[in-house]
Amino acid sequence: MYKYDQYDQAMVDARVEEFRDQVRRRLDGSLAEEAFRPLRLMNGLYLQLHAYMLRVAVPYGTLNSVQMRALGDIADKYDRGYGHFTTRQNIQYNWIKLEEAPDLLADLAKVEMHAIQTSGNCIRNTTSDQFAGAAADEVIDPRPYAELIRQWSTFHPEFSFLPRKFKMAVIASSTDRAAMRLHDIGIEIVRNAAGEIGAAFYVGGGMGRTPMIAPCINAFVPIDQMITYSEACLRVYNRYGRRDNKYKARIKILVHELGKDEYTRQVEEEFAHLLTQGIEPPLAELERIQAHFADPAFETGLSDAIDRTDPDFALWVDRNTHPHKQPGYAIVSISLKPVGGIPGDASADQIRVMGDLALRYSFDELRVTHTQNIVLPHVKQADLYALWQVLQANDLAAANIDRIGDIIACPGLDYCTLANARSIPVAQKISERMAAKEQEIGELKLKISGCINACGHHHAGHIGILGVDRKGVENYQLLLGGCEGADTSLGQITGPGFDEDGIVGAVERATDFYLAQRADGERFLDTYRRIGMAPFKEAIYG
Amino acid sequence: MKILTGNDLKSGAVTWWDGTEWSLHVEDAVDVGEHADPVIAREQAARRVTGAYAIDAARDAQGIRPAHIKERIRALGPTVRPDLTLKPADPEAGNWVI
Amino acid sequence: MAEVQFRFRDDEPVADPGVTVDAFGEQTNAAAVRIEPGDDARDLLPHLDRIRLVEVNFPVFGDGRGYSAARILREAGYAGELRAVGEVLIDQLAYMRRCGFDAFAPEAALDPADADAAFGRYGEVYQPTVDGRAPIWAKRHGIAANG
Repeated sequence: MYKYDQYDQAMVDARVEEFRDQVRRRLDGSLAEEAFRPLRLMNGLYLQLHAYMLRVAVPYGTLNSVQMRALGDIADKYDRGYGHFTTRQNIQYNWIKLEEAPDLLADLAKVEMHAIQTSGNCIRNTTSDQFAGAAADEVIDPRPYAELIRQWSTFHPEFSFLPRKFKMAVIASSTDRAAMRLHDIGIEIVRNAAGEIGAAFYVGGGMGRTPMIAPCINAFVPIDQMITYSEACLRVYNRYGRRDNKYKARIKILVHELGKDEYTRQVEEEFAHLLTQGIEPPLAELERIQAHFADPAFETGLSDAIDRTDPDFALWVDRNTHPHKQPGYAIVSISLKPVGGIPGDASADQIRVMGDLALRYSFDELRVTHTQNIVLPHVKQADLYALWQVLQANDLAAANIDRIGDIIACPGLDYCTLANARSIPVAQKISERMAAKEQEIGELKLKISGCINACGHHHAGHIGILGVDRKGVENYQLLLGGCEGADTSLGQITGPGFDEDGIVGAVERATDFYLAQRADGERFLDTYRRIGMAPFKEAIYG
Repeated sequence: MKILTGNDLKSGAVTWWDGTEWSLHVEDAVDVGEHADPVIAREQAARRVTGAYAIDAARDAQGIRPAHIKERIRALGPTVRPDLTLKPADPEAGNWVI
Repeated sequence: MAEVQFRFRDDEPVADPGVTVDAFGEQTNAAAVRIEPGDDARDLLPHLDRIRLVEVNFPVFGDGRGYSAARILREAGYAGELRAVGEVLIDQLAYMRRCGFDAFAPEAALDPADADAAFGRYGEVYQPTVDGRAPIWAKRHGIAANG
């Protein structure tokens, strides 16, 4: 994986000192809160319900064991012994003190990490496929392209005060595991008929209050023009994105209001100009980055056979491992969704254990997934049982990846100042209620947001839940039919909302109805797509 | 009644205006009536609080109850982590929020 | 009009107040123009040879359109003074400098020591812009800076 050189290190070190200086000026009164707020946000520091919250960047979700261990240590040293992994492949700490934040950032910088641009109206941490470099189905490893974008977007002088936040995702396989088309820019690295690598640009997707699926505006940008094309997309947005209304300020509204064709025309015009400006890094730079992502030294000639006599282990293997491109290896997903647990939370000890396991069993590599789980990308099949035993001993062995218990939930009103309703208690109750039927139900992606900003991706859930405030009381709307993959679709609201117990019952009625209706091999989503909303509505509301 | 809440600038801790300083406990909050704005302006300028705002609340048998669930969660702590709230030993504390 | 507090040029400053972009096209003797956030900086491109001062107004520091305006002018070869005016704050100075601003007239004067630190904070940059600084990738691969 990527390793900083002196330049990368100098950048994060300078940032630590800059933020230390900004905090000093805030505390001595020379920097007003109004001016400080966007600065602390560009460093991932929010003021949340109970304290400051720090969001640490995990670029394209990849980290090593030293970094993971450091995240655990930070949870102990600066927070209250835990962290929360997010849908943006990052980690958040909920109890940070402003006066200690600069020291925390300095600790991060020691392990080549930072919190740069994890919030604010700037280009955010670039996300990617959590199986990158390991998946059997990828064209090429997408992470070097994401790293190229990370460097280009870091402290970009023109794009640090955009109309609104800006999220990019990069994938390189036809199976989209990063919800690429629900980003401001989604890039799919593709190979054309001539065998050349290029970037397909999807611009103007997003969730939030106006969910939109990004249209493709250019199906093949030559790879040695990808940064220049990104710059063109951003410049048109920075100049013409709406700034009169923050709810209409995302690029999806610009693309929608201009129309895809006109937006594309403006981008192409800007692109033609920018090509004359020499802003594209040379291919040698991409190759330098790619060398960091070379395959680890896989053993060859290994067997894929494993001993499945322990049924709990066998179930976990079926649920939580994916095919690896290298025979004899598996991709392991560690579920952070134990029954009744808080989705995405891990204790400092659990974080360190996962770091240790990565070092021991996965070539020193981990991934954070947008589903709030952790991946060990390169585990020998022969090591799975030993690995599983350690996970079991640390309450990390839930066998429920992509099952109904594998719930995405935002922090909601328990932590978040924007939330209208709590998300976590709903997730806990559903996971407890549905645990017994989980394996029978099969693949089902359930996603909960505590407000319309949709951090819990409720639009993209096969079952989505949106918390709203109805006259000061928490209320939950149910959505069905969302999906985030290559066949991206947005969920539709079933009807009137429910209270907390009511929404749990409604989910159970929906899944019971699915079980009664499903044809052979159909997932919940397939049955819904086949028979439509009306019968589900009837089953849910009776 | 109207009470004031905000966060301690340095630590971020949730605080409540008790008439002379900022307390960690909502039961110390005083009714500021129509005088919220000058107190907020003065206290923020002095950097003793950040993000301060006034809310509706009522006094009842258990003390002071903010009108909205959001401020009740702020007053107690996250309902999903009773161990991290201001009343970790009280298993019923979460019910006050709802 | 706020005073120019920081200037990175040796020529005589232009004292004329900037006219609006709309008026500039007609006022053929004007040498100073003022860009507001909604203006299209490219409207000025036919007149670059007679412009000696462009003021770019930041009515609020969070409106970043002025950064694009500045870069567009520099990319088109504009070499006169490019002055940031309005809500110009310490922590935006370095970004502005990188986008081609070479004069700063903040509406509220800035602490000179803090400003100095801000201008010099980052010894390295990831992106080439119009300021002539070699990006990190150029240094890594021994490529001369553009511009």
